[in-house]
Amino acid sequence: MTKQIIVPFGPQHPVLPEPIHLDLVLEDERVVDVIPSIGYIHRGFEKLVEKREFTEYVYVAERTCGICSFIHGMTYCVGVEQIMNIEVPERADYLRTIWSEYSRLHSHLLWLGLFADSFGFENLFMNAWRIRERILDVFEQTTGGRVIQGTCKIGGVRRDIANEKLAEMSSNLDSIRKEIEDLTNVFLHDDTVRHRTRNVGVLSREDAYHLGAVGPTGRGSGVAIDLRKTGYAAYGKLNFSMVTDSCGDAYSRCLVRCKELFSSIDLIQQAIRKIPDGPIEVKVTGAPNGEFFCRAEQPRGELVHYIKGNGTKFLVRSRIRTPTLSNIPSLIKMLQGCELADVPVIVLSIDPCISCTER
Amino acid sequence: MGFFEMTKTALKTVLSRPATILYPYQPAKKTGLTRGHVAYDGSKCISCSICVKKCPSQAILLNKEAKTWQIDRFRCVVCSSCVDTCPTKCLSMDTQYTAPAAAKGGEVFTITYVKPAKPEKKDEPNQ
Amino acid sequence: MITQEQSIIPIDVGKLIGSVEQCRNEGYRLVQIGCTKVGDNAFEINYSFDKDYVLKNLRITVTAEMEIPSITGMYWGAFVYENEMHDLFGIQVKGINIDFKGTFIRTSVKYPFGVTIVKGEKP
Repeated sequence: MTKQIIVPFGPQHPVLPEPIHLDLVLEDERVVDVIPSIGYIHRGFEKLVEKREFTEYVYVAERTCGICSFIHGMTYCVGVEQIMNIEVPERADYLRTIWSEYSRLHSHLLWLGLFADSFGFENLFMNAWRIRERILDVFEQTTGGRVIQGTCKIGGVRRDIANEKLAEMSSNLDSIRKEIEDLTNVFLHDDTVRHRTRNVGVLSREDAYHLGAVGPTGRGSGVAIDLRKTGYAAYGKLNFSMVTDSCGDAYSRCLVRCKELFSSIDLIQQAIRKIPDGPIEVKVTGAPNGEFFCRAEQPRGELVHYIKGNGTKFLVRSRIRTPTLSNIPSLIKMLQGCELADVPVIVLSIDPCISCTER
Repeated sequence: MGFFEMTKTALKTVLSRPATILYPYQPAKKTGLTRGHVAYDGSKCISCSICVKKCPSQAILLNKEAKTWQIDRFRCVVCSSCVDTCPTKCLSMDTQYTAPAAAKGGEVFTITYVKPAKPEKKDEPNQ
Repeated sequence: MITQEQSIIPIDVGKLIGSVEQCRNEGYRLVQIGCTKVGDNAFEINYSFDKDYVLKNLRITVTAEMEIPSITGMYWGAFVYENEMHDLFGIQVKGINIDFKGTFIRTSVKYPFGVTIVKGEKP
């Protein structure tokens, strides 16, 4: 009769970027069951919508998360603009797309560093973050903030990027692409990395679809869903192909994210070639009256903003459903049956962003 | 079979300069647009209180009778809404980060704006 | 302009399980379950399903005392949303497969979103 013991994982753990608590039920080194518990970073954002006007709420929505902050602000603005039937000028759309794709580059490079840290490869972790510094420099030169950009507003964007600066960004991306090629070469071809990530945390395609896995977690198992194909911002005018893999283990999720890095660089260079001249904002009057579900593709998956207004300048409801909340059931399924030493690798392979999960 | 994929990158980083800056002993990287803290010029402020209404974290307090303009540096999120909407441009964004402080509280500035005298009106022809 | 189609279909609480089972058989995946407070003791609950980027919402209107059945029998991952809804709004959901009984999100005030200030009040 094997005895079962319960080992707590988190909230403080060296590999976790944000606090989450998992109670692991173990039988001799094998995990039998997992009980998650969240709430360490709940700040009550959805209640704050009653006290801040809908134009000021952009700043609150942006601060939901530090890694994917621009896309939160952008999704909120697109949602309110759909309710109020505002058409944003084309240049603003392209600028928003460029900043979103830089956000995605930043997030995936940060994740690559943390993933390498989860199996102890500190040198690779530091090298990934060194490339990330160059992306943060671009953010600071164009928006003024490294992590929180503060450039999205209802009706357009607040700052413009000069055309010479855009050309300089495009040529810098070529040297960044060379460095990323060297980095992903280590992740995908080194034997030590492969031993730790192959056949670890397997999720089949059926399970991934019905448990609600989104983003690279789902695409690594073959669920081909990418919200950028619906064409919000300027994505309708740019060409890109979705990256999927069929194995469903931690190695495939790493492969999907590495390939998405190159796809993002491609998208930014396409957008810089096609961006038109023109105004960057449109004047906004009145207040939103109606409801809308706005969806966007964050680096971690599908983000849903539900906004409901009743004609006054304070919204009635703003609900944010982030991809990590949807990936938690898949995480529980993946952890059942694995060894204790693989738990950090699996938890990090879904890219947990807990501050988004519990706004 | 790949065992030494990391060698090239490791050698390159060992033989080149460190990528980190010893902040605060060396100055931090700054650009022209960096949002450090809000700077206030008391001689241009007309006490319209638009900045008080626009601030999303309610960090600015204006006292018109006592002629003081107060900002709580700990509540300010450096979003630059006040800088963008000030009609007389007395607020600007400085690139230095806010200095650390030992106690929370507002920083008080005095308003020294004097309204320029209006030119004399000509006499109206009809009553 | 974006092409995100969506539809909101109001249904009765009694027909909830039947409609969700129909969605499951047609191949929809669960996106989210969201709750909004409308009026003094009325809540609107939206169940959102998606297939091929088209969003379909089923909406039921309940009061805080009514018990609604859980859909975790058909969608195993729904327990996250149902526990969160119970902890923040106080909605009673019956039959969740992993029931945290109020400890999923621990707040100092029980059911904090059940109280709403709809008019703008400065702190």
